[in-house]
Amino acid sequence: MSDPAPQSNDDGYRRGLRGYLSGFLIAALLTAVPFWAVATGRLSAVATIAVIAGCGIVQFGVHLRYFLHVDLSPGKRDELHLILFSLLLLIIMVAGTIWIMVNLNLRMLVMPGGDM
Amino acid sequence: MSDIAQTGFSFDATPTMHNDDPGKAISGFWLFMMSDLIIFSLFFATYATMLTPMSIAGGPGPKDILELRSAAFETGALLTSTFTFGLASLAIAHGRGRAQAMGWLLVTLALGLVFLGLEGREFARLLDIGAVPQRSGYLSALWGLVPLHGLHVTAGVIWLTILLVQMGTQGVTGRVRAGAARLALFWHFLDLIWIGIFSVVYLGGLA
Amino acid sequence: MTSQELWSLALGRLDVDALDFLKAFYAPSENDDILSGAAWVVILGAVTVVALLTIFRAWRPLFRDWLTSVDHKKIGVMYIVLAMVMLVRGVLEGVVMRAQQADGLTGGFLSANHFGQLFSTHGTIMVLFMAMPFLTGLINIVVPLQIGARDVSFPMLNSVSLGFTTAGAALIMISLVIGEFSTGGWTAYPPYTGRVFQPGVGPDYWLWAVILSGVGSTLTGINFVVTIYKERAPGMGFMQMPMFTWTALCTAIMMIFAMPAVTVSSAMLVLDRYLGFHFFTNDLGGNMMNYANIFWLFGHPEVYILVLPAFGVYSEVASTFSGKRLYGYGSLVAATMVIALLSFTVWLHHFFTMGQSADVNAAFGIATMLIGVPTGVKIYDWMATLFRGRIRFTVPVIYLLAFMMLFVLGGLTGILLANPAVDFQVHNTLFLVAHFHNMLIPGVLFGLFAGYTYWFPKIFGFRLNEVWGRIAAFNWIAGFMLAFFPLYVVGAMGMTRRTMAYAEPAFQIWFHIAGVGAALLTAGLASLCVQLWVSIRNREQTRDIGGDPWDGRTLEWATPSPVPEYNFAVIPRVHSREAFASAKAAGAGYPEPASYADIDLPGPTWTGLVMAIFGTTLGFGLIWYMWWLAALSFAVIAVTLIGRAIRGDRHPRVIPAAEVAAEHRAWLARIRALPAAPRTQERSPANRGMAAPEYRDLRP
Repeated sequence: MSDPAPQSNDDGYRRGLRGYLSGFLIAALLTAVPFWAVATGRLSAVATIAVIAGCGIVQFGVHLRYFLHVDLSPGKRDELHLILFSLLLLIIMVAGTIWIMVNLNLRMLVMPGGDM
Repeated sequence: MSDIAQTGFSFDATPTMHNDDPGKAISGFWLFMMSDLIIFSLFFATYATMLTPMSIAGGPGPKDILELRSAAFETGALLTSTFTFGLASLAIAHGRGRAQAMGWLLVTLALGLVFLGLEGREFARLLDIGAVPQRSGYLSALWGLVPLHGLHVTAGVIWLTILLVQMGTQGVTGRVRAGAARLALFWHFLDLIWIGIFSVVYLGGLA
Repeated sequence: MTSQELWSLALGRLDVDALDFLKAFYAPSENDDILSGAAWVVILGAVTVVALLTIFRAWRPLFRDWLTSVDHKKIGVMYIVLAMVMLVRGVLEGVVMRAQQADGLTGGFLSANHFGQLFSTHGTIMVLFMAMPFLTGLINIVVPLQIGARDVSFPMLNSVSLGFTTAGAALIMISLVIGEFSTGGWTAYPPYTGRVFQPGVGPDYWLWAVILSGVGSTLTGINFVVTIYKERAPGMGFMQMPMFTWTALCTAIMMIFAMPAVTVSSAMLVLDRYLGFHFFTNDLGGNMMNYANIFWLFGHPEVYILVLPAFGVYSEVASTFSGKRLYGYGSLVAATMVIALLSFTVWLHHFFTMGQSADVNAAFGIATMLIGVPTGVKIYDWMATLFRGRIRFTVPVIYLLAFMMLFVLGGLTGILLANPAVDFQVHNTLFLVAHFHNMLIPGVLFGLFAGYTYWFPKIFGFRLNEVWGRIAAFNWIAGFMLAFFPLYVVGAMGMTRRTMAYAEPAFQIWFHIAGVGAALLTAGLASLCVQLWVSIRNREQTRDIGGDPWDGRTLEWATPSPVPEYNFAVIPRVHSREAFASAKAAGAGYPEPASYADIDLPGPTWTGLVMAIFGTTLGFGLIWYMWWLAALSFAVIAVTLIGRAIRGDRHPRVIPAAEVAAEHRAWLARIRALPAAPRTQERSPANRGMAAPEYRDLRP
């Protein structure tokens, strides 16, 4: 990201441009598909949710790769490790929270005539 | 010298100067963003747990208040702005001249303002139809999460304005370039968070 | 506009009833006398400090050399001074609570509201404004020296972190004088802390103090992760880092990822209280259980944030004072990382009784018990380090030995509590209070004291008085045992925590014993003060001229004491773990650099001080609804930070190579003239900070 010596390098510029452009197009597509699925309602509820989740997760990766320039190259190893570690903690916290809260919610439902 | 050098520590013949690695600030900024990511993720988790009938508390639910249209426009504006910021970064990195860099940054700024305008209009509509945060736990969670992202975008817009002024007055100096690199990260990061918001809040809520 | 409206526009909800220090005059009662007395202590303390600064004409040096400094060592010292002030208040509050409960069978002398404020401030202060600044101070002082760096990566940010932490602490001190503090405990669970049940300023003091210091800690975490990643001396790989630096790294990472949780739970509670949101309210779909969940997502990692650096201190102390390499370095590193990660997976054990199913409880109970494993590994490593070592019975070692025994006991009660079925029996009783004090006092506080004693000469150039150090250590250790072991008993008998009085006569004897313990703890606190005074007075007898009073093993001891501003005349190249010990063993502990270079140093800045002052007024304005003050303070903070970001460091300094060379050569000459002290004379005036070569562990 931090370029020490700015230089007019047409080749590099074009390569960079291609990167941003492909990122933009893929991201746009991944955005459009779930919006289309919800707007038209053609898919079943489960399939719609699956499309939203799938496209969202892939788009997350696309943004990381094309816009934040985090990939598998050795120069980006620190950032990649950091993101993976953050995602691990994020999943622990979010999944844990949802698990606990849903569980509490279920156990607090007052069922008519039930003894829950 | 060499046998001593292998134990403990030694001094180089030509000592290193101060460590001015510009990557330090970028690394620090990455850590800040990950900390921020945890903040957002907890608001997301809270939002998810507030989708129950108990938390909606007889008030309006996602289907009653959210609109796909405005979400689509907001998404379009923010996604395009992240692309145009990329073009600005590219222009700075490859020395394509100040005009080109500032041009793309101005487009980004405009798109950011469009996003904020659309979001502001949507918030006004929500207030208008009585979907206020004081109504229910669910609406509190919604009003906690989405405006938090909006506040971040506002901060980004202010930062971008300052950067543009700096660029206009000082030119593309090393300082400005370093600032632009961090702001680029921030801007792309906010778009990343927005993926979560449109997927979970809007699409998930309306599916 | 009436004058009343103007008044409330200017002062928000502040009125004369909020001024605690006047209460003794118009509402005299035992309880209000204590309340007013405490307020007067704060006021008189502040006045005394101001007077002393004026008498000794210290204002200018204070600003020039300390408050505007970005030197990591000075920032570290300021953190520890802050921690010491807060420690005094925290301990005294604990003592008042012990006294109240010792008298609890007959109802005691405090009002319930006052007692509630006491346990709330005591917990908040001890965790967030004593232990956190103390360990942050030690990390600040030691880490750059241990990794052979000039400073931290972001010196200005470091001063900003200190500013925010100080602002939080200042709010807590102000709450003693103006208004009242929360009675919701250090965890501030809603809905009790919501605006329906506590509409006053108490919970707002808690919230803004916690948010401000949380921002400071997050920034500290970021700063130190980057510092340890990027500023290590050439040749120092991760596995050559000293153990304290390793624990500092893990703590810093945990700060980055755990502090956001408390920021979120506090921000949500702020929205509930100020804007009527329903995150945690009783009505309209609020879910107060989610507060406990989010708070402990921070709260549990927090206790490991506290204890890991203490583990680092113990590692350094064990190996230095037994003259041996640290045993099981790799396993200690691994254990530290495992603890750091596992600490994010156990938060539910703080609310086993909240109502989730047995499956959920079992999962978190097992995760909790797992943490005992790496902690146990560490204890064995320290014992093996001491084994057949040349152990000197110095003050840090006394704390280390007390820690190893007491911490294991506390850990065992922790394993009991990790079992949900057992936890149901003793949840919310004094058994739990005894348990976490048993972890935090020997685990954290003794470690901080050990580190304070161990590194003191490095910063100030003289050792602390050994006799008074031992008296203090004895009082702290014995006082801890007497004050908290009885609480296990009454807790198991069913006495709930945070209770000011009781009707069961069988409890009373145990509270009397605990009261004696509290008296000893007060004596410990006083001994620490006496120790500092005596040490300063007799500093010529304990002068550390060479910079290596303990026969140290890591790089910080290869520098002069006090350490020059630039730390190292020339940045060293590191070839092994425990680099200084290896170099000394090879007879090359003090090599002369072949050449010197100019040293760039960051200039002083007012930014941190502005954050401290306007952070305090920002919080104060928000707490008392003085919106103009809050807006003004926020604007000042924003403009200062933006201005600094735009203009950068405008006063960077360069220390010419010739000056560095002259200072360094003078030090080397002093060292050569020093008589080397054998370890038998470590505590005598013969120890001038030059260690005689003795038996060393020479294995490669």
